Amino acid sequence: MGGFIHYFSSHFQTLGQEFWPLLVGGLANGFLYGMVAVGYTLVYGVLRLINFAHSEVFMAGGFASFFVMQHLVGTSSPNGISSVLYILIGILVGGLTGSLIAMAIERVAYRPLRKRNSPKLAYLISAIGASYFLFNFAGKEFGRYSVSMAQPYTNHPLFTIFGAGVQMYDIIIFIAGALMLFGLDRLVTLTKLGRSIRAVAQDAETASLMGVNIDRTIALTFMIGGALGGAAGFLYGMNVGVVYTMGFTPALKAFTAAVLGGIGNLRGAVLGGLILGTMESFSVAFLAPSYIDVTAFGILVLVLLVRPTGIMGERLGRSA
Amino acid sequence: MKSLLTNKWLKSFGITATLMVIICFMTGPSGSNTDPVAGFSGSLFNSAPFLGLFITRRWVVFLLFALIAFVVQQGWQAYGRQVKVRYAKVMATPRELKSKRPVRLGTYGALLLLALLLPHLVTDPFWQVAMVQQIAVYVLLALGLNVVVGFAGLLDLGFVAFYAIGAYATAWVVGSLPLPPLFGHALNNFWAIPIAILIAMAAGIILGTPTLRLRGDYLAIVTLGFGEIITLFANNLNGITGGPQGSRIIPHFHLSLGPLKYVWGNGPIPYYYLILGFLILFLVGFSFLEHSRVGRTWTAIREDEVAAESLGINPLKYKVMAFAIGAASAGFSGVMTASQQNFVFPTTFSLFFSINILVLVIFGGLGSIRGVVFGAIVVQTITMYLLHSPPSGYQPADLYMYIGAMLVGMMIFRPAGLLPATRRKREIVQLREEAQ
Repeated sequence: MGGFIHYFSSHFQTLGQEFWPLLVGGLANGFLYGMVAVGYTLVYGVLRLINFAHSEVFMAGGFASFFVMQHLVGTSSPNGISSVLYILIGILVGGLTGSLIAMAIERVAYRPLRKRNSPKLAYLISAIGASYFLFNFAGKEFGRYSVSMAQPYTNHPLFTIFGAGVQMYDIIIFIAGALMLFGLDRLVTLTKLGRSIRAVAQDAETASLMGVNIDRTIALTFMIGGALGGAAGFLYGMNVGVVYTMGFTPALKAFTAAVLGGIGNLRGAVLGGLILGTMESFSVAFLAPSYIDVTAFGILVLVLLVRPTGIMGERLGRSA
Repeated sequence: MKSLLTNKWLKSFGITATLMVIICFMTGPSGSNTDPVAGFSGSLFNSAPFLGLFITRRWVVFLLFALIAFVVQQGWQAYGRQVKVRYAKVMATPRELKSKRPVRLGTYGALLLLALLLPHLVTDPFWQVAMVQQIAVYVLLALGLNVVVGFAGLLDLGFVAFYAIGAYATAWVVGSLPLPPLFGHALNNFWAIPIAILIAMAAGIILGTPTLRLRGDYLAIVTLGFGEIITLFANNLNGITGGPQGSRIIPHFHLSLGPLKYVWGNGPIPYYYLILGFLILFLVGFSFLEHSRVGRTWTAIREDEVAAESLGINPLKYKVMAFAIGAASAGFSGVMTASQQNFVFPTTFSLFFSINILVLVIFGGLGSIRGVVFGAIVVQTITMYLLHSPPSGYQPADLYMYIGAMLVGMMIFRPAGLLPATRRKREIVQLREEAQ
């Protein structure tokens, strides 16, 4: 018992020393998880289904921006304003590809089943099939080994906060993530499209009686979620590199984040992402690096056990 | 322009052509991340034979295919109903015969005889090994997954985890892991069977109970994660599982009943018969299960959970039961694989594995035992054939691309599978009619 306490106290000591750096890294990851998680939550809202193919939206965004960056940046190391431009282009390319792929997924793997009124199991199977098709297709066309992306920025510590160096990369993610998530929140709360998304999420049949075009709304919901997922794919790939299986683990974590925050709840998904990223980052102090991925899974099972509706509760169809 | 887009013929040709473009890219050469266009341009502009008649560019070939498919599809739309009626008339006598008990028993008997004689008919060593490792074991796995996905309607994407648990439990019991064996000394493989089944079942219950209380789709993602986690543990717990190097040599199954001694070794054939024996046991067991009280309860829950609950059924209990039975049969298959292959490696239990089993179940027919057996044999034989003599442009890693595409296609066009279970088919048709 004494040894056990000693084990944990020594680990808490490391956690104390490394708290701020871990927090910064964790929040940066958290924003990425949040960006992917809103895709799950949006689709869950309108269809009551987990979009298993969302991981491939993320992967597609990563790959598309990888090729564009390779072409634009090459081996140069951009700085300043050009760097900002490249990142904007990357986000745009990633987001566009993501939303196109998400639209294709909806068109091929979901809509025909919706027209045939298939059982829920069929949707899950066709989505997982679409996911396997997409990432293996990417593997076939773009090679099956990991490559690092041409860096559109020069990474260096910008400033320190409580002794933790905040890197350029972290700042890019904070700003890009926060802006996009804020934009999404406004979109869903204020615009006509947002209102139709919420209406379909609340009650699709009634919404269609009120003149909401369900097919169009569902397609656009996929596309909006896909845009954020694809952009997250770029931001993630920029740092980690791209490979055809890159979507699997981050998407699983993003789903955990969505459940943690309360599925169907947009702000919850972001909060869940941030909490998950931070907790995962802190778990470095306790776990060997190869087990970091277990943290998210443990959290998922724990949430399902203790509070399956998530921190902020399920809110299908209400604004944010 | 708008009239062009709404033109029925043009639209249906567009769909066919898109499908053909996708198939054209799928079957074409591969690209790489330094030359991402290579795969696509090669798929379009390489030359290929058209039905063995003449050689031309691939895009022309696939355009011709698209035209043929379009004509067939239009013809089917125009005359399909008549063909169906005529087919039903022709098949009326065989169908009536099929439902007669002696005929059915005779068919089963003939199939059993064929299964018994198969190792003597197929003598190619590649196929003999494939028959055991890739077909018989996979039929076993598919039958187990069918209980979860087919009978109870729960999507289990982490089937590989229970398979791995079974395999590692075997290695543990026979003393081939760094971890000391269960009872202090190595045991016969036969002891591994109940132990592996128990451990896998326990894992299934522990994982299933919290998840199955909630929506069915949560189970899918939790099991997906679990499959990944198990591989992670297998790969990293060096002191327990042997890490990436895997286990030490696992002995074969062996019997010593007094004077009678027998070792399952020397080629795959003895294992073929051993697995066949268990397979028949499973087949009979699961058939009874399907029509038992439990099987009917699963159907009730699958079709309408609220109604089932209002009749006093505890859905959680039955769902966990199905999940645990599936886990147990995966664990059992793990014992077979570990003993036959003599080793356990973490890489065997990849992410792709569960999907591979799922496609066997879907292809033959969810919930239909004969369909699943048929589907598993057909799909695995095709897979093995592709591995044995790959056509140009095919790499073994492409397999999962085809499997993914097949899952989507099956769900759209034939969700009940090739040999559908009567009940399942009715469920799907009913849902469709409700939609119209």
